[in-house]
Amino acid sequence: MTKYRINKTRFVDQTKTVSFTFDGKKYHGFEGDTLASALLSNGIHLIGRSFKYHRPRGIMSCGSEEPNAICQINDNTDLTEPNVRATEIELYEGLKASSQNCWPSLNFDIGGINNLISPFLPAGFYYKTFMWPKSFWKKIYEPLIRLSAGLGKSPTQPDPDIYDHKHVHCDVLVIGGGISGIVSAKIAAKNNLKTILIEDKNILGGSTIYQNNKNFIIDNQKSNEWLMNEISELEKLDNLIIKTRTSLAAFHSYNYLLAKENISDHLPLDKKNGSIRQRLWKIRADKVIIAAGAIERPLIFNNNDRPGIILANSVKKYLDFYGVSTGLNNIIFTNNDSAYETAVSLFEKGISVKIVDIRKKSSSNIVKNAVDLGIKIYWNSTVVNTFGYKKIKSIEIMNLSEDGSNVTGNKHKIQCDCLSISGGWTPMVHMHTQSGGKLDFREIDQVFVPSEKSENHINVGSCNGDFELEEIVKNTNNKVKKFLNINEGGFDKISVLCSKETEKKNIWLLPNTISESKTKSFIDFQNDSTAKDIKLALREGFKSIEHVKRYTTTGMATDQGKLSNMHALGIIADTAGVKMGTLGTTTFRPPFTPLTFGAIVGRSVGKFFDIVRKTSIHEWHVQNNAKFENVGQWKRPWYYPINNENLHEAVQRESKAARDSAGILDASTLGKIDIQGSDASEFLNRVYTNAWSKLGIGKCRYGLMLNEDGMVYDDGVTTRLGENHYLMTTTTGGAANVLSKLEDYLQTEWPDLDVYLTSVTDHYSTASICGPNSKKILKKLFPNKDFSDEAFPHMSYQNAIIDKIECRIMRISFTGELSYEINIESKYGKSLWENCIAAGEEYKITPYGTETMHLLRAEKGFIIVGQDTDGTMTPIDLQMDWIVSKKKYDFIGKRSLYRSDTMREDRKQLVGLLTDDPNEILEEGAQIVSELEKKPVEMIGHVTSSYFSPNLNKSIALAVVKGGKKMNGQKLFVPMENKNINVTVSDFIFLDKENKRINA
Amino acid sequence: MFVINCPYCGERDQSEFSCGGEAHIVRPKQPTELSDDEWAEYLFMRKNIKGVQFERWNHAHGCRKWFNMVRDTSNDKIYAVYKMGEKPPVI
Ligand SMILES: [Zn+2]
Repeated sequence: MTKYRINKTRFVDQTKTVSFTFDGKKYHGFEGDTLASALLSNGIHLIGRSFKYHRPRGIMSCGSEEPNAICQINDNTDLTEPNVRATEIELYEGLKASSQNCWPSLNFDIGGINNLISPFLPAGFYYKTFMWPKSFWKKIYEPLIRLSAGLGKSPTQPDPDIYDHKHVHCDVLVIGGGISGIVSAKIAAKNNLKTILIEDKNILGGSTIYQNNKNFIIDNQKSNEWLMNEISELEKLDNLIIKTRTSLAAFHSYNYLLAKENISDHLPLDKKNGSIRQRLWKIRADKVIIAAGAIERPLIFNNNDRPGIILANSVKKYLDFYGVSTGLNNIIFTNNDSAYETAVSLFEKGISVKIVDIRKKSSSNIVKNAVDLGIKIYWNSTVVNTFGYKKIKSIEIMNLSEDGSNVTGNKHKIQCDCLSISGGWTPMVHMHTQSGGKLDFREIDQVFVPSEKSENHINVGSCNGDFELEEIVKNTNNKVKKFLNINEGGFDKISVLCSKETEKKNIWLLPNTISESKTKSFIDFQNDSTAKDIKLALREGFKSIEHVKRYTTTGMATDQGKLSNMHALGIIADTAGVKMGTLGTTTFRPPFTPLTFGAIVGRSVGKFFDIVRKTSIHEWHVQNNAKFENVGQWKRPWYYPINNENLHEAVQRESKAARDSAGILDASTLGKIDIQGSDASEFLNRVYTNAWSKLGIGKCRYGLMLNEDGMVYDDGVTTRLGENHYLMTTTTGGAANVLSKLEDYLQTEWPDLDVYLTSVTDHYSTASICGPNSKKILKKLFPNKDFSDEAFPHMSYQNAIIDKIECRIMRISFTGELSYEINIESKYGKSLWENCIAAGEEYKITPYGTETMHLLRAEKGFIIVGQDTDGTMTPIDLQMDWIVSKKKYDFIGKRSLYRSDTMREDRKQLVGLLTDDPNEILEEGAQIVSELEKKPVEMIGHVTSSYFSPNLNKSIALAVVKGGKKMNGQKLFVPMENKNINVTVSDFIFLDKENKRINA
Repeated sequence: MFVINCPYCGERDQSEFSCGGEAHIVRPKQPTELSDDEWAEYLFMRKNIKGVQFERWNHAHGCRKWFNMVRDTSNDKIYAVYKMGEKPPVI
């Protein structure tokens, strides 16, 4: 045993040694230790440096509220994790921890100079100082801040760990496995309710599990022994799930809660491999019982941040739970009775202890106990200063004046190696307020307690403001019975004896002989904000607690101000002379303790990040060297390089082949909606801009769909398969939204229409063959079919059979070439495709991807919705007046086409652009100007599509330009970073305006 | 994340639904007869109440049905769920 491991407990197995390193040096602890308890057992208090002043800081608590002892774990590995609280990490063999915020080293820290120049680092320092001149920011301020700021280092490699999500439903969720949570869970589970109990520590029992003081007796047993038996009873219950190492992260509305379970963080490195690291539980609970406990408050006095200054109940836990003494010469500084339990524990282990109490007296049992033991108590006294740079060495105390607002008499110096502080208790109301609950301020002990109105959750135990053992057990029993509508609680006849506190006194900022401006009374230890900063903020005019918080950064560190918020509020109230209850609190936002990104994303990483949709022909594309492009969730062949061709070379070859002989495109991803019903034609009339009633069966028509605001929304070809049956195609990316929009109109505006919509996108695969030789290829594939223009004209469809499988052939064209699309049930898609390739071999049929498709349609001046349009283009802007029916009384968006704004002549309109140098290819997105000299330069439009056309042997582009319709032939400029490109406005149909090729 | 009682499917998590904004705005039957201002009123103007609001919701990842819902936007309390075409309840 080390010098500070002075006690054997049942919670730490001292037969099992665990070795670990801290800042590169090897130490030993035991199984059951946290990193913090193991460090303390080795006499190590100094863990890090504070954020702003780089003051030495030590372990201050034993839980999630820890502001100081935050470490970098497994530094310099892929697994490294910053900002891990030493109080929360369980010790495991091989753990490597190091201090943060220290440069060059923990013991010699250069940022400590900030401590000396601290008069120049007041609240709002960063806002005030680093504002000007602007040129200083990048070269001086930012590097300076970055060098000395920051909490830890992020890992640089992808997280190799596995994380998991789990969805559960339960009747009752109990948050917190302390005594009130245990009582609640037992009542619920014994009454046949499916119950989950979560506890963030590795074992149940809270602070009662190590409460061996003789003043706390339940049913004639010491409270810890009684609770031990209760826990073993609890573990036998069938309908109770107990999850330790599981902390609640968020309490959302409708009792939807997130909890993080640590599964392998505590295991030795060699046993972690392959196992899930953390699991995020997504719990929907019918009823929630919050038993989150309370956090001990520090006291605010000069130099209250030195290593060795520790919360009093944490000192007790280190002693009675971990068997570690935080010092051998202790002083306890308190304003309440609970710290006396620590004093008695220390005394009973033979450790020197004295007490400084700001109260004039206290007559409770536990105080009598301390007095009887002969422990020295300095009543009506306060600490005014502490000494010791890297570890506390001594304190100075003085008497308080009658009203506590000042100090009197002489300073008295006392030696010590640990100062335990207790400023009372703060109920953990975070969960309650996250769920939407409100708070009431209780004057007598200056706490915010839940104001309970919810039918869906209650608070029990100390998070509800019940601090004494008797009221905790009895109130919990009664409240849970009522909440769950149960007659028999099981704890109805329990007898509880405990010490009761009658004298209460609280001073948020303890008085001193020297002025505040010369003291360092820390409120937020992690962000280094002091009482002085808060007062300065108030003097500078900040009034709202939310503003003071942001200006001073109080409560904004990784501990979210668990220790600091109440004092900040108290000092504001005292200074401003208002009642604390009227100030309100800052908002408690989830997560309660930080969550790893891994736990949030769970398995949705890498290939599971998003769904990948592949066509049935995908494997062929892969085998034929296709490069793919993501279109929504679809993988579409982008181009098919041969012999190391780049994109440009492949696209030039593919485009030329499609126009000179034959090309083939996998068009399976286009959205397909099957439309049936006796009102199908009327429905299409209402959703498309053009007329549909007269479309013959077996014919196809291009349609443009608008939003109600008149802007182009989607387009595609729809085929009339029968009297009351249509097949609509949509853009690949728009398919889901179009279906949803159409359903919306059908269900809400036109429920009288007899129309049914079914998405059949995945049902059919489509091979699109184009080019002058496409007809010959089709003839080979379907030898019995008549492909003459008379029998099978452009914009028509026919049923056909290939290899005994039915398919549909549409003669439609998105390239301007003679073109056929063959639709077949998806499972035959690949076989159809291979047949097409085989039949086309003698014509050198060339598979082409989306890039060539885009080029071919641009040559022909066909728009792509979403590329040439952006939600602000009407069909008139696109010069597509021909598709807008004048006769139809109404269709979606019609009325908007003659709003004053959509009729403006200077709207951006679709035009073609030709570069003066035919080899110059414009950049898509490039801005267009008409006058280079005029300042500021006015942008009159931008390039939407741009390619080098191998068929025209020049560069072509589509653009939208203000008033472009009337600018044909006009010279414009496209200014780039290093040059201006001269362009001329042209017709946007660059090739075959007469439509000869479609009927070739 | 709240729970919505889809009138066709029953209680489901909110993540299965999408909100379609304010309810009971009827598309004008004769848009061509409206002035620009009247059309703009239909097209653009939506309430955004802190409090009880009548909304359209779609069970997008379920039955795909649209329905109406009365929700207090300040605390997400749902007062009623009813089918399209049904009379809104008095809240
Ligand atoms: Zn549904």
